[in-house]
Amino acid sequence: MSAVVAAKVPSGEAQDGAAEAIHVENLHKKFGQLHVLKGVSLSARDGEVIAIIGGSGSGKSTLLRCINCLENPTSGIIRVNGEEIKLKADSHGHTIPADRRQIERIRSKLGMVFQNFNLWSHMTLIENVIEVPVHVLGVKRDEAVAQAEKLLARVGLAEKRDVYPAYLSGGQQQRAAIARALAINPRVMLFDEPTSALDPELVGEVLKVIGDLAREGRTMVLVTHEMKFAREVATHVVYLCNGLVEEEGPPEQIFGAPKSERLKQFIRNIG
Amino acid sequence: MLGLLHSLEIAVGATILGLLIGTWGAYSKLYGGPVVRDLFAVYTTVVRAVPELVLILLLYYAGTDLINQVLAAMGYQRVDISGLVAGIAVLGFVQGAYSTEVIRGAILAIPQGQIEAARAFGMSPGLLLRRITLPAMLPFAIPGLANLWLIATKDTALLAVVGFFELTLATRQAAGVTKAYLVFFLAAGVLYLCVTLISNFLLGRAEKWARRGMPSIKEAR
Repeated sequence: MSAVVAAKVPSGEAQDGAAEAIHVENLHKKFGQLHVLKGVSLSARDGEVIAIIGGSGSGKSTLLRCINCLENPTSGIIRVNGEEIKLKADSHGHTIPADRRQIERIRSKLGMVFQNFNLWSHMTLIENVIEVPVHVLGVKRDEAVAQAEKLLARVGLAEKRDVYPAYLSGGQQQRAAIARALAINPRVMLFDEPTSALDPELVGEVLKVIGDLAREGRTMVLVTHEMKFAREVATHVVYLCNGLVEEEGPPEQIFGAPKSERLKQFIRNIG
Repeated sequence: MLGLLHSLEIAVGATILGLLIGTWGAYSKLYGGPVVRDLFAVYTTVVRAVPELVLILLLYYAGTDLINQVLAAMGYQRVDISGLVAGIAVLGFVQGAYSTEVIRGAILAIPQGQIEAARAFGMSPGLLLRRITLPAMLPFAIPGLANLWLIATKDTALLAVVGFFELTLATRQAAGVTKAYLVFFLAAGVLYLCVTLISNFLLGRAEKWARRGMPSIKEAR
C-alpha cells in the first residue's frame, strides 16, 4: 500500500517492484446525500497486508466493499491485477459495472470474509467450501473436495466437514468462511471486520488463522478494530477518517509515532 | 378413478406452471425494472381479486376463443384446445399469482448476507438463483406452497363447470346414473381426503429435507 505514488517503496516484507494486486484511485462513494468516501486512494502489492482502521462511519467497510463492487463506487478507478473495473452510469445516474462478466471474473479472484460469516446455511461446511470452485471456477468435484478437506483441516475443522453452519460457534463459522475464501485460491483476501461479531473468547482462534495467512505472504486487505493485531500482522496501515485517508504508513509509525491529531486521539480512545 | 387421475394431472400441471410463474414473478417483483414490476403487481392483484370460478370461465371460454381468433387472423386452422391443457393453463395462471407472493416472502426471509456472499464470489445471477436463492428460500416457502398445492387439488373440481371430466364431474355422473348420491359423493370425499393425507406426508418429508441445516425451533422455545 504505497498510495498513488508508484515509485514509493512499499513498507514491510513486500519487495519493491512486486506486482500491484489492488489499486484504488480517488474513490468516491455517495449514498444519496451521504458522502461516505471522498477521494480515497489505496494500493496493495503482492505479499502486502494492508490494515484499514478508523472510527465507526469512517467508510472503511465501504472502501473494502467497493473493491469487489458489492457497493458500486460513485466515481474513481479500481484496478485488480492491473485490470480496471469498467463502470458506467445507469438510467438513474448511478454508477454500475459496465460488464457483468468482468465483475464476476474479478470477484472470483478475491476471497471475501464477512463480519457475519455469511456461510450458506443449506450446505454443510464441505459443501460451502467446494461450492465456488465447482460451480464458478469449474474445478472437478473430487479435486475440489480433496482441496477443501485440506483447507478445513488447516483451519482446524476437519472433523466438522459434514456439519451445517448453524450448529457451529461463531469462531468455527468464521474459520470455515476463511476456508471457503481460500478455496478459490484468491489473489487477494478481503476481510471485513472478521472478528467484530464474535464473542471475545472466540476472537483469538480466528485471528490466529488470519495471522498465519499473513505470515505465509498472502496478500490481504483487512478492515479491523483489533489494533494490536493490525500492528502485528500488517505491513501497512491506513487510518480513514470522515471518508479520507487521514494518515498511513508502516504500523510502527502509525501506532508508535502518529502525526495526525485525530489519529492520536483515536489510538488513545481505543487503547 | 379416471376422474381422480385427471384431477391429479391438472393439479400437478397447474402447480408446476404456478411455481414457474411464481418464481419468475417473485424475482421480477423484487429485482425487476419498473415496467415488469408493475405488470406483475397488476397480475397478482387482479387474479387474487377475482373469484377463481369466474376466472376459470373467463379464461377457458374467452381464452380459447382468443387463441383461435389469433390463429385464424394469422391464417392458421382453428385448434381444439384439450380440456387438460386448458385446465392446467387456467389453474396454473391462478396459482402463479399466489405463488408469486409466497415465494417473494420466502426470498425476503433469506438472510441477505448469504446472497451477498454468493455475489462476492463471482456467481452469475442464474447460478445464484439455482444454487443459493431457491434452496435457501425453500424452507420458508414450503408451508405456503403446500397450502397452494392442496387448494389446487380441490380447485380442479371447479373445472367440472366447463365440462372437464375430473373427479367431481365423474362422481356426479356416476351418482346421477345410479341414484346412489350419498355413496358416490362420500367416496369422492374420501378420495380427496386420501390425496391430502398422502400430500401431507410427502410435504412433511420435503420440508424436513429443505430445513436441513436449520436447528429445530423446539429447542429455542
